Amino acid sequence: MTITARKGDPMIIIATVTVFFMLGAAVSIFFFKDLMNAVVASSLVSLTATVLFFLLQAPDVAMAEAAIGVALVTGIFVIAIRRTERFEK
Amino acid sequence: MRDILSFRGFVALFLLGIIVAGISSAVGQIPFGQPDSEVGQLYLENGLQDTGAPNLVTSVVAGYRALDTLGEVVVLFVAATGLSAVLATSKRRVERELEDASLVLKTGCRIFFPLILLFGAYLFIHGHLTPGGGFQGGAVIGSAFLLVYLGCSGRRVSADAAGAIESLSGFGFVFLGLLGLLVGGSYFLSNFLPKGDLYELISAGIFPLIYILIGLKVGSEFAGIVDSMIEESK
Repeated sequence: MTITARKGDPMIIIATVTVFFMLGAAVSIFFFKDLMNAVVASSLVSLTATVLFFLLQAPDVAMAEAAIGVALVTGIFVIAIRRTERFEK
Repeated sequence: MRDILSFRGFVALFLLGIIVAGISSAVGQIPFGQPDSEVGQLYLENGLQDTGAPNLVTSVVAGYRALDTLGEVVVLFVAATGLSAVLATSKRRVERELEDASLVLKTGCRIFFPLILLFGAYLFIHGHLTPGGGFQGGAVIGSAFLLVYLGCSGRRVSADAAGAIESLSGFGFVFLGLLGLLVGGSYFLSNFLPKGDLYELISAGIFPLIYILIGLKVGSEFAGIVDSMIEESK
């Protein structure tokens, strides 16, 4: 069983754009001084991972990533930031 | 940025480079798309006949690898228990004035909370037919409670009820497994109920029961985690 990808397949193009968007969001987390922005960027990483899982035909995993990565982890980080400090020194 | 340019930053980057090179050279040797093991192919070919569940992921998670799923549920249970134990012992509570949620958030919370609960329940009840399952449905239910805590201030989950649902569903999962051992014969968590018709809601034996129990357990665990974190942060 081999998986082949044709050149110019629209799926490949969408997946490539998504991966670069995900990379950009992941790198931008590092540069934010406002931790709330960093949390939103990290939830964007999870959101693009959800799209990627869906493109790779794994809707089960996409659902788990959407519920846990986008909603619950972000919520828990927001609660933690509210308890500590919002701005990085 | 200043941290990167220091000596420690260079050492960290160097070590990171070694790790990246090692992982990429190791992963590069694995032939992509050509699995060594034949067990996946076996599941793909026989899953539908063996279990009667159209969703193949379910037939692996709740059927072939049900024991691993029990382990996963136990891991989540231990994590939730540890979190609440750690948070319960720290007595340093800061009373803080919370600003009220806006009208949009309040109204949205009131409208969306039952819908999200319904969607989560749908996910785990139909787990053997459509994508989704106990963990996904439970996580969706947990996020619904997160919305309530953020939007409708003052409403709380009863910790006793969440604990009771969690314990009962965990007990039910193990009980189903032992019943399978008793009635079905050969192994723990064997599928002893009739498979029924394909694509029917009540089909695939004990899979819907297992997924409902897992969904309730995971949902109440996540609700409890959110509850203890919010309570601590007030």
